[in-house]
Amino acid sequence: MSDTLNPTAAAPAQAAAAPAKPKRPKAKSLLMIGEQTNALFENARLAKERGEKVGWSASIFPQEIAETLGLNVLYPENHTAGIAARHQADPFLQECEGPMGYSNDLCAYAKLNLAYTAVLNGESSVELPDGGKMVKPDFLLLTNNICNQLTKWYENLARQLDIPVFFIDTCYNPMDYVTETRVRYVRAQIDQLIRDLCAFTGKTWDDERFKKVMEISQRNSYLWERANNLMDHKPAPIGGFELFNYMSAMVCNRGKESTTAIMEQLNAEMEQHIKEGTSTFPAKEEYRVSWDGIACWPYLSHNLRTLKQYGINMVASSYGKAWAIQYDDLDGMARAYCFASTNGDNASTMLSRRYEALTRMGCEGTIYHVNRSCKVMDCQMMEVQRQLSKMAGVPFTSFDGDQADYRNYSEAQFETRIQGLVEVMKQNKEAKSNG
Amino acid sequence: MADLQESIARLQAACRDPRAQMDRYLAQGKKVVGCFAPWAPEELVHASGMIPMGMWGGHTELKSAKSYLPAFACSIMQANMEFGLNGAYEGMSAVIIPAICDTLRCMTQNWRFGVKSIPAIAIVYPQNRRSPASTDYLISEYEGVLLQLAALTGCMMSETALCETIRIYNEHNRTMREFAAAAAEHLDVITPQVRHAVFKSAFFFEKSEHTAIVQDIIAGLKALPVCQWSGKKVVLTGIMCEPEQVLDILADNGIAVAADDLVQESQQFRADTPETGGGGLKRLALQWNERYGCSLIHELGKPRGGELAKLCAGAGADGVINCMVKFCDPEEYDQPWLEKDLRAAGIPCASIEIDQQNASFEQIRTRVQTFCELL
Repeated sequence: MSDTLNPTAAAPAQAAAAPAKPKRPKAKSLLMIGEQTNALFENARLAKERGEKVGWSASIFPQEIAETLGLNVLYPENHTAGIAARHQADPFLQECEGPMGYSNDLCAYAKLNLAYTAVLNGESSVELPDGGKMVKPDFLLLTNNICNQLTKWYENLARQLDIPVFFIDTCYNPMDYVTETRVRYVRAQIDQLIRDLCAFTGKTWDDERFKKVMEISQRNSYLWERANNLMDHKPAPIGGFELFNYMSAMVCNRGKESTTAIMEQLNAEMEQHIKEGTSTFPAKEEYRVSWDGIACWPYLSHNLRTLKQYGINMVASSYGKAWAIQYDDLDGMARAYCFASTNGDNASTMLSRRYEALTRMGCEGTIYHVNRSCKVMDCQMMEVQRQLSKMAGVPFTSFDGDQADYRNYSEAQFETRIQGLVEVMKQNKEAKSNG
Repeated sequence: MADLQESIARLQAACRDPRAQMDRYLAQGKKVVGCFAPWAPEELVHASGMIPMGMWGGHTELKSAKSYLPAFACSIMQANMEFGLNGAYEGMSAVIIPAICDTLRCMTQNWRFGVKSIPAIAIVYPQNRRSPASTDYLISEYEGVLLQLAALTGCMMSETALCETIRIYNEHNRTMREFAAAAAEHLDVITPQVRHAVFKSAFFFEKSEHTAIVQDIIAGLKALPVCQWSGKKVVLTGIMCEPEQVLDILADNGIAVAADDLVQESQQFRADTPETGGGGLKRLALQWNERYGCSLIHELGKPRGGELAKLCAGAGADGVINCMVKFCDPEEYDQPWLEKDLRAAGIPCASIEIDQQNASFEQIRTRVQTFCELL
């Protein structure tokens, strides 16, 4: 995303209501993110101009492979989240569900991207709000650790653009661990993919370079996880939604040193806040909650405004930490990418990860985003809600929304649900303080 | 040899009351293992001495399932969950659930926590079938299923039993293909509803038993003069074409099903297990690589439209009816390409929405009537 999604900067109504409140300067780490994202798109554009092959990739594909080969790769999920957050999704949704003939039921990231692709391919005249910075790809990098819809989405892109897909089938994990046979299957695919990608792009694999990229990636994963964990301080050093701003570094640039610099800066800024007892959260932190599911990008500012009204800070998220991927060799990479996303893991793993986050961060409630785009998140959410609430002893609420389709959200419903959650959290707090 | 109509009636009865079929096997002292749609390694259940029984949802009022699935989960999984929760499947020793779409991933967990009386056995089929390593991986998945099946029976499946099962299943596949060919010559007797019942009933019988009944039907058909069908002929594609009322609408409009590409029907029988090339498990794993045209199995090139055009030409069909199971996202990704390719081939195509919980069929009736006029 070229624009950061700093929710404090994206609340015009609120800013208008407040009398001449001085605008907080953007944190240095956020400026760095902006520069890095611009560089990602600019480098892809320049590579394309030079006649080099540019790829599009699923967001939890082993980014380190492309980085080792020096390939320029862009990320449709990340890009469409940006379009949705900037309220530019409508013409793409209309194009996809209209002339292109796709069902309204499908993932809105896919719908936006397929329509955007039609424009790049000369099949649609929808105006591109970013001037086409998501340059037309020559190949696709696919993993299905997030969902099976990605497999279908990329099948369609491949046909639409007549380009190859390099695919790593990471397999769902019904067990509590990644079976060794999965590791062998995925490792064999990684080896084959590297050979095929080299043959297609003319690049050469360099083991030493890979080791270096892997080290950078591990350092970045560590720093990202560390930043997420710093939210355990009370009050949390930043507003939790702000962490969403940094996801592009982990999704698109996990193997880059520029990400290390950003993550180090972010950690330093958070530590400074902790030291000074300050926070960027724009209200007194009354309640600490976890957020389950992808951000509701089209309504991020409404989400934040509503939560801020009650002093609710989102200090834990099930989502962002999916990119804290730890491993130290290719076998480890195979295992790690099978287990990275809780969408690819069974309910026990999902529950234990969420329980750990809830207890570590001292959460008093959970907000579940019933993301209409994402069946794999929604179709077992109800059972997870019941069990997690029982395990952790914290209340929850859910709301209907969407990661990119603005039509699937009601401001009134969100406000009512949060109000209800606050009532229960308040009662719990009072009961606790009364012994 | 049983009478043609008697045999057909027997298969129709099994489709209308699969529970009676299950009770019959249970009364014989056999164990029954439920096999979730769309793909499950039935052969492993059969070779372990148990009866595999298909689970393709059905018409019911959704109550308890709403505590597990949102309204936008597909109706087949909604119904399976409801039946599981309300006890309709009690008596099954286990169910096998293939985690082959996003909803099915979740079903492995919903069932595990929601229907504790019937253990869930999950299987994850490989999707990157171009990778040679996918075969070894699938073998290991089969071995995992076998271990859990052995816990139900108390003994391990033998290689001899598996080879015999593969022979029985391949013979059944051949018989079903033979039936499809014979049915196309007797569209007066094999109405859309009858055709569907012959295919679907395969999920509710031990396969050699089903083979014998279908062979009787084929023999009965061959004894009749070939029918020169004067109405329209279509090919059905999609996951399934249900409930019966939808098939009746086709018949009411003088439309016969000349061939199908439904996952629930012909797709189940068009890929045989190789007779040579390794042990039973390896050959079964290789069979997975032979499956094609299913939206839930990854294939490049979006080949369904082209395959359907060929199928229409071979069957002399006038058009294609795309049976879109409501909220089935793999199908929804295929739909635009399939329709585009059929249009390019000059073959009319109409999509209808399939919802097992549907109570009103007038929209579908209007759609089919319009399509019929177009043909």
